[in-house]
Amino acid sequence: MQKLPTLKDPNRELRIFQARIWAAIAMMVVLICTVIGRLAYLQIIEHRHFTTLSQDNRLKVLPIPPTRGLIYSRDGQILAENRPSFSLEMVPERVKDVPSALGEVANLLQLEDDETQRIIKAWERARGFDPVVVKTGLDERQVALFSVNRHRFPGFNIAARLARYYPKEAEMAHVIGYVGRINENEQRDLDATAYRGSTHIGKVGVEKAREGVLHGTVGYQQVEVNAQGRVLRIVTRVPPVPGHDIYLTLDAELQQIADQALADNNGAIVAIDPATGEILAFVSKPSFDPNLFVNGISTERYSELRESSDRPLFNRALQAQYPPGSTVKPMVALAGLEHSIRHSDDETWCPGWFSLEGDDHRYRDWLKRGHGQVDLTRSIAESCDVYYYALARDLGIARIHSMLSKFGLGRPTGIDLPGETGGLLPSAEWKRRARSLPWYPGETLITGIGQGFMLTSPLQLADATATLANRGARFAPHVVGQIEDPMAQLASEIGIHERPTLELAKASNWDAVIQGMVDVVHGASGTARRSGAGASFQFAGKTGTAQLFGIAQDETIDNDETLKHLRDHALFIAFAPVDNPEIAVAVVVENGGSGSRTAAPIARSILDYYLTGAVIAEGDSG
Amino acid sequence: MDSERGLLVRLHIDPQLLSGALILCGLGLVVLYSAADQSIDVVMRQSIRMSIGIVTMLLVAQISPARLARWAPIIYLVGIGLLLAVYMFGTGRGAQRWLHLGVVQFQPSEIMKIAVPVTVAWFLFDKVLPPNLRTTIVALLLVLVPGFLIIEQPDLGTALLVMAAGLFALFFAGISWRWILSAAACGLLAAPLAWFLLHDYQRQRILTLFDPQQDPLGTGYHIIQATIAVGSGGISGKGWLNGTQSHLEFLPERATDFIFAVYCEEFGFIGVIVMLAAYALVLARGLSIAMSAQDSFGRLLAASLTMTLFIYIFVNMGMVTGQLPVVGVPLPLVSYGGTSLVTILAGLGILMSIQTHRRFIVDT
Repeated sequence: MQKLPTLKDPNRELRIFQARIWAAIAMMVVLICTVIGRLAYLQIIEHRHFTTLSQDNRLKVLPIPPTRGLIYSRDGQILAENRPSFSLEMVPERVKDVPSALGEVANLLQLEDDETQRIIKAWERARGFDPVVVKTGLDERQVALFSVNRHRFPGFNIAARLARYYPKEAEMAHVIGYVGRINENEQRDLDATAYRGSTHIGKVGVEKAREGVLHGTVGYQQVEVNAQGRVLRIVTRVPPVPGHDIYLTLDAELQQIADQALADNNGAIVAIDPATGEILAFVSKPSFDPNLFVNGISTERYSELRESSDRPLFNRALQAQYPPGSTVKPMVALAGLEHSIRHSDDETWCPGWFSLEGDDHRYRDWLKRGHGQVDLTRSIAESCDVYYYALARDLGIARIHSMLSKFGLGRPTGIDLPGETGGLLPSAEWKRRARSLPWYPGETLITGIGQGFMLTSPLQLADATATLANRGARFAPHVVGQIEDPMAQLASEIGIHERPTLELAKASNWDAVIQGMVDVVHGASGTARRSGAGASFQFAGKTGTAQLFGIAQDETIDNDETLKHLRDHALFIAFAPVDNPEIAVAVVVENGGSGSRTAAPIARSILDYYLTGAVIAEGDSG
Repeated sequence: MDSERGLLVRLHIDPQLLSGALILCGLGLVVLYSAADQSIDVVMRQSIRMSIGIVTMLLVAQISPARLARWAPIIYLVGIGLLLAVYMFGTGRGAQRWLHLGVVQFQPSEIMKIAVPVTVAWFLFDKVLPPNLRTTIVALLLVLVPGFLIIEQPDLGTALLVMAAGLFALFFAGISWRWILSAAACGLLAAPLAWFLLHDYQRQRILTLFDPQQDPLGTGYHIIQATIAVGSGGISGKGWLNGTQSHLEFLPERATDFIFAVYCEEFGFIGVIVMLAAYALVLARGLSIAMSAQDSFGRLLAASLTMTLFIYIFVNMGMVTGQLPVVGVPLPLVSYGGTSLVTILAGLGILMSIQTHRRFIVDT
């Protein structure tokens, strides 16, 4: 075998290199000849053919945007539709001096300054022949005004297109969301071909979550134009395929009842059908009018919405984090039964306060004089805090965490709406990790009554209530019920998604807890007995109060005297009918004071309407 | 005459490359004025970019090849770092190519078009050539790592061009024909496999090449309209500012990737030959610089930069004339846009540097 050379041999290297250069030159010549050959073929041999084509090339391809799918409620009311709207468009390359023409148009139509800024930005981005939207949603006066002055503005046109309209305005805004103009970031991420001709895209809510279904498929038409580019006739037309229609699981009537029941309070209501996970009502207050966003909201109105201390754009039902308060007591009680720490007839003495051994801190009961001897059912019905302090101490935080976690508290439910938040279900491990602090026994006690670190969203509370109603069966909450293809008249149901059932060692444990919840509203000493009175069906509930501020041991605060924004949040969870639950509901009234007084009557009016069709007159509960 | 030449050498300017570049830039501005609907604004903007590019070229020419070789690994590693940064924090869901540096958006893959051939040439120049298996494998890794990162962006077109630049250096180093041919054979065999790795839109572009009517709103439309523009130009063209295809807006991207179609339509086959001659001037000079370079670093670098330039020209023209898929490669020095212009001119600056930093100038 020949030995390989180990030293550099400059002459050999140069020889090889030169040979390679010649090889490269040969390759270049061959490739460039194919290009020249192709050009000669196109420009010389087929020249006549292409000249004809170019002379006949009066065919232009124009995109036709699809019609966006409609959104209905489960009872068939329209929630999002498309209405004709007039907009002023500009074809930049037909306008001699864009900025000055824009200035004049802005003057004529009284556009705001930041709007002209936006148009100029859009113009810089657009290709010369793509129309730029100058102003959408022109009213009749503006259309007339422009038409009269049209000769002054070559390159400007009025186009009629469909604009999204939300007839329910603020009532459904937090579920449906809204569409808005495609912005620069979205533009970059879009499939440019699919969105040619489309100006709007879903920004929030169902409009965003189901953008792919609602948008539809772009169509196009080949049109014949004359040498100046004016359209003479349409040659072929491939129609766009409209987006699919969506039927929500929400009941528009129930939504309205819930919306009215919450009146002027800030807060949230979520109602679920426990048997399917279908969301029946989803209210977050205050809300906003989504129609403002469709045609571009003015900076002024937007900052007004953004900066309002009531935060109307914030989706409380989905994203707010409230301490669940006493609404967790049925679930903590269940943990006690499940781990045989308590039997349902075990009694705890409640003097009105509780202390840990070796610690003189008094954990107070909401009832200062105490509840006396309390068993499990009464502990729920009267919401005895001392019972749960003791139970929490005996259970320990790990077992409380484990049971509440099985109800889904403290983490996203996976609902088909964008932007859901998790919340917080504390554990010793969490505290070590997040705060680098050890877990203190006192924190276990207040976790037992739903205070302390624990945070849940109204949606999670409603979901947990549905689990209680179902005695463990858990269905994923969802707002989209059915998607319908209007062309094929084909409807596809969104399947019910069953999550792992919460299995108890003894199924009868559910009975004791649910009996306690029934006594909350129907029992003689139930905290919400006033809201249970006169009901034509049996229901179960639990009041809750989320403390905003720690109150010192010996201090009392009368809620009526507290400034409204310092008052506690009022909570109430309920389901009905008890034997065969059709609806589970969670109500949070911010600064509502006590759950029994504010939140429970709201829940009752929702149950009444849903189960009997009765509407309670407003102001009943005083 | 002789002293003038000496002055140019002292300034590290190569007159042939400079004049070739200026001719092509000038042609570019002329076509651009027509393609951009006679917008002086656009022409001015491009002229400014060209001036920046020419200054960059002249500055790069001052850097001696020896210094460039010293910097090569650093530039390369920084480039890889930036590509990783794009990989992790880049913007855009569809294709992450850009990195936001405060106000400036920046495409690191562009640096690699130069950094890769420089680094491979630096790596090879003190090795025994033709390279043995180990050297070849290391050089291949130098090429494939940035190539892979750019494919991931995903920007297949740029990735192939960056890798081609590095592979050319290996080719000129004398890697054996047997390996080249077996690699080509493997490539052909792997082609069907690669088909499955392509993104949908990439497949679509290749399919569109064979049946442009399939995609009338997207790239198919580009191909149809570009072919009509080129063919209807004929031998002498329709005349400057008279291209109907361009001016009636049938031709998309007519200032950028498809500017060659506008040129063909307005200046015809004769114009094409003139432009090709100008490119030939630059390419021939590049190769002659490579031939007369005094060490293998200069040789390999000059030759691979020249070949890369050729590939850009060929790919763009092939794309516009419907022979290659639409991959978004601009026509060097002619297309509207700043990024690739500066890169190409910087490459020419390196060629000038290799030519003018020779120790013994034996001019023929």
